[in-house]
Amino acid sequence: MSLSLDDVKRIANLARIEVGEHEAHTALTQLTGIFSLIQQMQAVDTSPITPMSHAQNVMQRLRPDVVTETDQRELFQSVAPQVEAGLYLVPKVIE
Amino acid sequence: MGSEDCFSLGTVRSNLYHRKDFAMQWEIVIGLEVHAQLSTQSKIFSGASTAFGAAPNAEACPVDLALPGVLPVLNRGAVERAIKLGLAVGAKINSPSVFARKNYFYPDLPKGYQISQYELPVVEGGVVRIRSAQDGKECEKTIRLTRAHLEEDAGKSLHEDFHGMTGIDLNRAGTPLLEIVSEPDMRSSAEAVAYAKTLHSLVRWIGICDGNMQEGSFRCDANVSVRHQGSDRLGTRCEIKNLNSFRFLEKAIEYEARRQIEILEDGGTIQQQTRLYDPEKGETRAMRSKEDAQDYRYFPDPDLLPLEISEDWIAEVRSRLPELPEEMRIRFERDHELSAYDASALTADRDIAEYYEAVAGKLPFDHKLCANWVMGDISAYLNDEDTSFDNCPLSPAQLVQLLVRIKDGTISGKIAKEVFRQMWIKVREQPVAWKDRDSKRDENLADQIIESQGLKQISDSGELEKLVNEVIAANSRSVEEFRSGKEKAFNALVGQVMKAARGKANPSQVNEIMRKKIAE
Repeated sequence: MSLSLDDVKRIANLARIEVGEHEAHTALTQLTGIFSLIQQMQAVDTSPITPMSHAQNVMQRLRPDVVTETDQRELFQSVAPQVEAGLYLVPKVIE
Repeated sequence: MGSEDCFSLGTVRSNLYHRKDFAMQWEIVIGLEVHAQLSTQSKIFSGASTAFGAAPNAEACPVDLALPGVLPVLNRGAVERAIKLGLAVGAKINSPSVFARKNYFYPDLPKGYQISQYELPVVEGGVVRIRSAQDGKECEKTIRLTRAHLEEDAGKSLHEDFHGMTGIDLNRAGTPLLEIVSEPDMRSSAEAVAYAKTLHSLVRWIGICDGNMQEGSFRCDANVSVRHQGSDRLGTRCEIKNLNSFRFLEKAIEYEARRQIEILEDGGTIQQQTRLYDPEKGETRAMRSKEDAQDYRYFPDPDLLPLEISEDWIAEVRSRLPELPEEMRIRFERDHELSAYDASALTADRDIAEYYEAVAGKLPFDHKLCANWVMGDISAYLNDEDTSFDNCPLSPAQLVQLLVRIKDGTISGKIAKEVFRQMWIKVREQPVAWKDRDSKRDENLADQIIESQGLKQISDSGELEKLVNEVIAANSRSVEEFRSGKEKAFNALVGQVMKAARGKANPSQVNEIMRKKIAE
């Protein structure tokens, strides 16, 4: 699978990463390298192997359904750029 | 009735789609995604409270705020509720099950992604059986589920009046949701509503969701497409978001299907879109073009290891699962000999079912009488007060004390309604939900009221004869009319006796005595 410069720009946009023209070319070269590595790996027959969803072969620990957090809004909001009426204020985003 | 009985005929259309100017018969295809907020105390990945109505951000902890360095830890209670649903719909419970990141940028989810499930959701497959009216006939149909997966809810954005900024409340962020996805198996808005209602009743029945639609605890998205009748290819679908009432669900689907049919009839094509329903205008409008699944760039969340659900755990959850509404409905029809209609109504939710069972258990020889009073008078009174069966102030034992007096002939059904009215006023003075009371200590209200107001039916034939004689003496004209063949005159005479007895006479007994006396 070959990657185009437009693909790189689209992915950058989706990930909200600002990538300049020069950087996009560098990223394209690097990503193409990674893709060829993936291609190489895909040639290996993995049919008898169960896929893993995590690098560690252990299962997750669960938490009992108990409220353990207290209201620390004042503390958390003390570092927020702008708050009002208990709300965090952010630049307007309406689609 | 076998499943899909009258649906397999290929004649399922709503009247709406019979418009004369449509040359073709159109079929609507609907799949629903339901977000059920799980009734846990704490959030799905943090120990913050999920209680509704707190001050903004008072229930947003560092995990919900996505502060650097925090890690999610999965709530056992959320998983357990997902397992419950899976068992209730006969689905496969996946183990391992895997959590994934669904990437999108919106300030109501400050991590930049939502933790959801993609491959290996907790619940896979399963079915929900619905009943809906089709052409005036009640039909049964099986709706297949694709899956049900766990995910976290987003916060709330408030767009009004913050000097051009948006206010963010993250109390809801991290609230556990179970997204229940159906196959596109529904063919009309009525079926979609029947499915949503059945599922709504089920999640409350098994106690995993409070079902409060106003507070957003149960939200529906509908995927709607249309195709020519008989076609087996699916049309391009549009997704209608956030339908928070069954009525809106119905209206939105009908509007959307008509919109799509009109476009296709005019030679246009349908664009795959996410649309919003506007309840005021009664129409749907485009929200955004549907992103491809890849745009969310799902990948397994490295912060969360795979979830293991052991057979023991599943067996333990299964052992605590209540009898399901469908099983109970069938039992009521079979063992209590109730009609399909009564059995359905009595299993519409668990509160009414429990109440009815408590009543029927104390009066096992007349289930129909129990059902009538529970569905009739009690429902009506509770409705008037906008309260539910679990808060009913009259205990099943107290109701049975009244019903016993109908059965043993102490009072007539008509007088019973009056006694009931007074009982209700009495229990409303200090209303305590029936389940919170020791019903053994309840006084026999029915007998007290019957006794103190002399409402006992007059069954002493001497007393009745006296009344009949008086009426005959005072209405000689009616007596003559009856003797000359006018049956109506007889009813008038009986009515006079009933009136004189203030409704307390046994009508059939009065009838008998009256005929005897006139014949003398």
